[in-house]
Amino acid sequence: MSQLAAVESPRWVRIGLIPLLQLVLALAVSSLVVLMIGEDPIRAFKIMIHGAISTEFGGLSNTLYYATNFIFTGLAVAVAFHAGLFNIGGEGQAYVAGLAVALVCLTLDSTLNVWFIAPLVVIGCAAFGALWGVIPGYLQAKRGSHIVVTTIMFNFIATALMSYALVVWISPLGGNSTDSRYWASDAVIPKVHELAPSLGFEASFSLLSPVLLVALACCALVWILIWRTRLGFAIRTVGSNPNAATYAGINANRVIIITMAISGALAGMMAFNEAYAAQGRLILNFTSGFGFMGIAVALMGRNHPFGIVLAALLFGALYQGGTELQFEIPSISPQMVLVIQGLVVFFTGALDRLIREPVEAVFQRRAIANANAAVAGGN
Amino acid sequence: MRTAFKLAAGIAMSAIAAVSQAQIKPSVIYDMGGKFDRSFNQASYTGAEAFKKETGISYTDFEITNEGQREQVMLRFAQRGFSPIVVAGFQQAPIVEKIAKQFPDTHFVMVDAVVDLPNVRSVIFKEHEGSFLVGALATMKSQNKAVGFIGGMDIPLIRKFGCGYEQGAKYINKDATVLANMTGTTPSAWNDPTKGSELAKAQFDKGVDVIYAAAGGTGVGVYQAAVDAGNLAIGVDSNQNYLHPGKMLTSMVKRVDLVTKTAFEDELNGKFTAGLQVVGLQEGGVDWALDEYNRDLLTEADIKRMGEIREGIIAGDIKVHNWEDTQSCTY
Repeated sequence: MSQLAAVESPRWVRIGLIPLLQLVLALAVSSLVVLMIGEDPIRAFKIMIHGAISTEFGGLSNTLYYATNFIFTGLAVAVAFHAGLFNIGGEGQAYVAGLAVALVCLTLDSTLNVWFIAPLVVIGCAAFGALWGVIPGYLQAKRGSHIVVTTIMFNFIATALMSYALVVWISPLGGNSTDSRYWASDAVIPKVHELAPSLGFEASFSLLSPVLLVALACCALVWILIWRTRLGFAIRTVGSNPNAATYAGINANRVIIITMAISGALAGMMAFNEAYAAQGRLILNFTSGFGFMGIAVALMGRNHPFGIVLAALLFGALYQGGTELQFEIPSISPQMVLVIQGLVVFFTGALDRLIREPVEAVFQRRAIANANAAVAGGN
Repeated sequence: MRTAFKLAAGIAMSAIAAVSQAQIKPSVIYDMGGKFDRSFNQASYTGAEAFKKETGISYTDFEITNEGQREQVMLRFAQRGFSPIVVAGFQQAPIVEKIAKQFPDTHFVMVDAVVDLPNVRSVIFKEHEGSFLVGALATMKSQNKAVGFIGGMDIPLIRKFGCGYEQGAKYINKDATVLANMTGTTPSAWNDPTKGSELAKAQFDKGVDVIYAAAGGTGVGVYQAAVDAGNLAIGVDSNQNYLHPGKMLTSMVKRVDLVTKTAFEDELNGKFTAGLQVVGLQEGGVDWALDEYNRDLLTEADIKRMGEIREGIIAGDIKVHNWEDTQSCTY
């Protein structure tokens, strides 16, 4: 009987119902804020939703473009989280990976076409991101420096390094004073609205590119890694209890370093989407906080690739819908949009247990009652 | 009968005028600093508001918060028929170039950068002229005949400020000491009040008692250090005299507000012209700020002298060297 208390609530409750309730609560509080500035919350949410899913002006495809970034950074946080590591350095890892994009494109974009450059950029982004993740990983494993502190600091180092690189080395090669030149157009993955006519449909402008497919492939790979490989097992074991893992013969330090490399590489892939495909040039602060949003995405997606895709779509919709909202209702400033996004993060991340525990308790009680009934029936 | 006809015609005319006015859909796109940055972006907002107040024509604006929005938003503005689209900040220049090509009938105004297209008006300011004026005032008010300059990021634009300031300071007194420091070589130099304050203190130790900051958010630290040390500071871009009343000697104002307002008015009157506009003292593009916050610091003679120098620059009697012409400050 007592072991039944540990029973988990059904999966659809954990990754479906609870996030939905959290979202509803966040939007309810947001609507109070919208009311406070004298706007109609129903109209505001209608504009946000329409702006995020409409196809007539590229709303849906821009949502997917943002989601592509969030999937990469969300996966990065999730992989580290399975090993019990809180990687808040996704921002810096992605930013440094932008340097790899610039290195590859500036040297090779006049000689190679997209089929050769894109794989090189992927390798470069993953390598630079991994490097920026593996150093804090090493410091955690071998020196005991806490990963939260080191990854935050590495964000600052990345910002300083990239500003310097952009201003001193990269912008003199043909860009403005704080960005690079555009990469040659036949060296860059075409965007969906550019591909659309040759595939027989029309699409309005958006920054969405086929990199979304790469992001989805990464989701599948992460799922296989975490739940279907020995390394994944080791990662999860270290995450649950490093001492037990060591006792069981797992080299926990090695696992930590490898996990941080994978995590950093995934974060670095965001630069592949943003600096290579979407913007087509390296821009100061191109990461725009997407790396930090990865934390919220991973939290809301319960560190599961499928949940991360859903959460990334939600946050993509919030970003794109927020842009439309600013556009349609002038009295709603970017700060207001930030409040709404913040409330969603607050209720799904920080106040997670507020809803999770009572709801799960209901389902656990029901499971126990069912089990008891089954036992009684068996007797 | 005739009066009635006249009246009817008048009403019809004003109705037509109202319609043609209503067809004008001006707009502003601010850069990431945001609409209320007390400086550059806020100036465009002020200009747009002034236009709205005078004509009753409303405008649309947008504050960029991430790189992904730039192209999307500018494109949507153009698609919805907004014109002119006033774009503040040199970082938007590559996007203006892209979108303006796609919408040849839409008018764009690029502030602080040059985009050479037939439907784009690019506006560049003669910051060296305004800086010359405040440099002259700095030496006039400096007891030690030592004045300081704190630049933000070390780029040609800021050297242009510093060089104009130095010329102004030496115009009043050839032997005046002019110290200049740049905060850094990276964009973080625009927002490092701590370092700004340290650099200011270092200059004060060397005898500087009037200091000019052209350093964005870093300036706040410079002004505070000047106030703490009992020295005078000079603001930049917007009129910042109000930040420390009685302690800010003046501000070198860059009239982005006028540029915005003029662009809207030109569109309204059908007089929009594309091409490069370089605005200085003569065009009212730059100036020194005199208001209730700094008037008590100045004597009538100071104000008269400043007026003379100003006229001198406009008339061409006083030549102000532009750093960008020779990439150096030898004049």
